[in-house]
Amino acid sequence: MELVCPAGNYQSLKKAVDNGADAVYIGFNDETNARSFAGLNFNTNKIVKAINYAHQHDVKLFLAVNTYPQPQRWHQWRYAIDRAADIGIDTVIAADISILEYASNKYPELRLHLSVQGSATNSESLQFYLHNFGIQRAVLPRVLSLAQVKNLAEHSPVELEVFGFGSLCIMAEGRCHLSSYVTGESPNMCGVCSPAKAVVWKNEGDILESRLNNILIDRFEKDENAGYPTLCKGRFEVNNDIKHVLESPTSLNTLNILPELAAAGIKAIKIEGRQRSPAYVEQVTRVWREALDYFLTSDEEFTARSSWQNVLAKLSEGSQTTLGAYSRPWQ
Amino acid sequence: MKLSIGPIEYFWPRQQVFDFYDLVADTAVDIVYLGEVVCAKRRHLKLADWLTLAKQLTDKGKQVVLSTLTLIEAQSELKMMRKICQQQDFMVEANDMAAVQMLTEQQHQFVTGAFINIYNHKSLAFLARQGLVRWVMPVELSGDTLSCILKELAAMPEKNNIETEVFAYGNLPLAYSARCFTARSHELVKDNCQFICAEYPDGLNVKTQEQQQLFNINGIQTQSGEKYNLLSAIPEMQVMGVDVLRLAPQLKGMADVIEAFSQARLGQKYTDIDGDGCNGYWYKQAGLTKVAG
Repeated sequence: MELVCPAGNYQSLKKAVDNGADAVYIGFNDETNARSFAGLNFNTNKIVKAINYAHQHDVKLFLAVNTYPQPQRWHQWRYAIDRAADIGIDTVIAADISILEYASNKYPELRLHLSVQGSATNSESLQFYLHNFGIQRAVLPRVLSLAQVKNLAEHSPVELEVFGFGSLCIMAEGRCHLSSYVTGESPNMCGVCSPAKAVVWKNEGDILESRLNNILIDRFEKDENAGYPTLCKGRFEVNNDIKHVLESPTSLNTLNILPELAAAGIKAIKIEGRQRSPAYVEQVTRVWREALDYFLTSDEEFTARSSWQNVLAKLSEGSQTTLGAYSRPWQ
Repeated sequence: MKLSIGPIEYFWPRQQVFDFYDLVADTAVDIVYLGEVVCAKRRHLKLADWLTLAKQLTDKGKQVVLSTLTLIEAQSELKMMRKICQQQDFMVEANDMAAVQMLTEQQHQFVTGAFINIYNHKSLAFLARQGLVRWVMPVELSGDTLSCILKELAAMPEKNNIETEVFAYGNLPLAYSARCFTARSHELVKDNCQFICAEYPDGLNVKTQEQQQLFNINGIQTQSGEKYNLLSAIPEMQVMGVDVLRLAPQLKGMADVIEAFSQARLGQKYTDIDGDGCNGYWYKQAGLTKVAG
């Protein structure tokens, strides 16, 4: 099983490589990728440096070009693919049909993975992307139960990569417009969800309010942990009751089901968090490397060590973790 | 410019569904999309029932398209979709690439729904070569972007075969999840949902703590709290070359909605539909914004 770790800058990339990632995924510093945040990501020079460092350590470098270009700026996405091929990126992670078409026609040797933003959750959909663009792997949206993942792995015509840890998207990725509904910017169009520039924090007496484009997302009492105002994790009113209607602040953690994922034939575990710090990347990579090595080499039955879980819990939203959709009761 | 009725997104009683299409049959609507697109557990109507409805509506002069499920997670769902894709009598709307794949294999022409991510002319042209004959623009795209797509397309050989449809009225489908939010709001899990969504035939309203309309929950689907309304953008869409306007089914007031759009597309004076509504997406703003037309 391959461990695929995030890097939003060169420091994080080094941490991922040094702590045992098999592959690191990054993006250009523009809207061609789904973590298009100010001050984050790589220009061409930095990518060359990154690829040198990764390859010196026998680690692969993946590039996410996984947003959906609109016609006005389509050439910018094409340019991202051209640069990726030119630099010698190992794999491009893409979602848009026209970008997959361009990459597979122009650079038949370039390895393609279907991004989670491509929203493929079943064997027929994967077949479409394999048949038309020769994708070799797909990253699964966080909507399938463990049983469904197992079943899909049996029928899938391509390798599968699943999310192992990080912020939890609760909607089918690539099929969520909540962010653009409230702010005008979305993952598909702009590579952002609930963008930081739309966030306002305000104290009203003892209450701390979080707003997104002036829409009230949550109110926190003094002793409450105030989470980032991601739309799906806000507290709203439904049937006269104020609660986390969609989801509470929590992160995904699949360490406990690692043996089942491996037995199903899942090829890679993806760690979310290109927007997080080098320290986050270092700690999460180290824990997952240890866990994978232990699982692959030990004769004992695998149980996730509490020391690993403690590290991961501290790095989680609201210090809570969940199995998300892998667990039927969550659904 | 044609008018279409999108698939019923909510879980209505069987008779309600038949009554609704009785009403639609005698309106100015040109195209009707039939079928369950949100939740595979909703089975008040079997495929045979939908096909019966389809024949009745065809007899009344409507073009019928069979819509398919949006989020496909299980083999049983693929199986049902294959049945729909294999029938020859009616065109199919794909809401997942799985349906596109099946329809392409069958060499059937197809429509793509708003959750097939077509954000540019090249993706549109690619799918047209696979058999796409109509597409529903993703709801978050603006009129400006659509105009660019159609201009670019005009220079491409695929242009002649493609009709463009725009979601023009109703609660916008915004997101799909594995989780059933209607069940969650009643502290039920999806596997034991007790079909609680049937209690909310127009969805379950979600407001901010300041009582602002935000979302409308419909099982695993999250919709906009406000109704999208592009009545005032019709002249602009006609110039641009939009072929079809989609109206989303709602329990009450559907005849008035159809009437207003029917008049507006002919350039006649129309009675605007009650309620605040929103149209921000069309004008390149946050979707919930209302821009004065």
